[in-house]
Amino acid sequence: MARYLLIESRDPFEFADTTYMYELAGDLCAKGNNVTLFLIQNGVFCARRNVKDNPVAALRGNAPDVQVQADDFSLRERGISAGTLAEGITVSNVDELVDQLVESDTKIVWH
Amino acid sequence: MAKILSVVERAYHGTIEEQDDTILWLSHMIKNAGTDISVLLRGNAVNYGVMGQDASGLTFGEVQMDVPPTLDTDVLNLIAADVPTYVVSEDLDDRGIQRNEIADGLKVISRSELADLFDSHDSIWHW
Amino acid sequence: MATLTIALMDSPYESGTTTTAMRIADAAVRKGHNVNVFAYEGAVSLTMRDQAPHPNPVKGTTVEEQDHPTTANFVAGLLATGKVDWINCGMCVDERGAGNWIDGARRGAPGDLVAWSNESDNTLIMGTR
Repeated sequence: MARYLLIESRDPFEFADTTYMYELAGDLCAKGNNVTLFLIQNGVFCARRNVKDNPVAALRGNAPDVQVQADDFSLRERGISAGTLAEGITVSNVDELVDQLVESDTKIVWH
Repeated sequence: MAKILSVVERAYHGTIEEQDDTILWLSHMIKNAGTDISVLLRGNAVNYGVMGQDASGLTFGEVQMDVPPTLDTDVLNLIAADVPTYVVSEDLDDRGIQRNEIADGLKVISRSELADLFDSHDSIWHW
Repeated sequence: MATLTIALMDSPYESGTTTTAMRIADAAVRKGHNVNVFAYEGAVSLTMRDQAPHPNPVKGTTVEEQDHPTTANFVAGLLATGKVDWINCGMCVDERGAGNWIDGARRGAPGDLVAWSNESDNTLIMGTR
């Protein structure tokens, strides 16, 4: 079992390929890995509760053990308040991201 | 030394000017330096495995581009250099690419097998 | 304390990824970590010395009022911490004519990325689109 940090900077409105990361997160989790999906930059466009066909909600349904975090600056930069976030998303920040990045047993995937 | 999986998905950006895909090139350089590296072609980059690509014949005024990129050959060279080179079957299918169009030696895997592929490498270089 | 290696590809002012990389490097340094940055392809232009701030004619601001940032200035700030090492890919520099860069950045090659990666606690590859 490994620890994965998947960092998603893209959103499905601009990139049709974005569900790839959500599916990968679910598949890695299903194999017993510890998986965090960290949304940053336009990746946080999936964080709002009212997003249509929200891949975060789908992931939460398929793989509830995946930790979904969203970068506070990216949220604030886009005027997305914590009260509007989809269920299961934790507000995080770059300080906490760094704590995960420097862990030598974490596999990092930036997208 | 870590076993690296180099994931290439962005395709045909700057390949005319560079005469290479910069990540295929980098991966081959790293292999030549003795690193244990595999390559995964996904997204539009699955088309790098299609044989018969031809980017020759460009001219800009009187300036001719005499040495075009040869991405299909670059993929073959990676395979020949013992770099395990994978391509995602659904990404081929989505783009209408038949199996007989792609390079011999490419390892076709499904999206559902990606988690195992990632698990089998120590470090993921997702470009 | 740990060492984090980051590979960057984006050219200046084109992507939020550049800002994110700088934020990560800054946060890591503030936590006492060391950061290696390997600038590949367009990212070698991040350190170009001749970057200059400009006024904003839409907002009617002067250079001073606008306080326009430059990526070279961001990198200089990180290098000044003494905790960041920065290598520009030499071939990428040559094909862009981007060799006039700020003090502290160094010329290197893909082998440096591999060496750094092997020596670091972890490696973050930030590709371009």
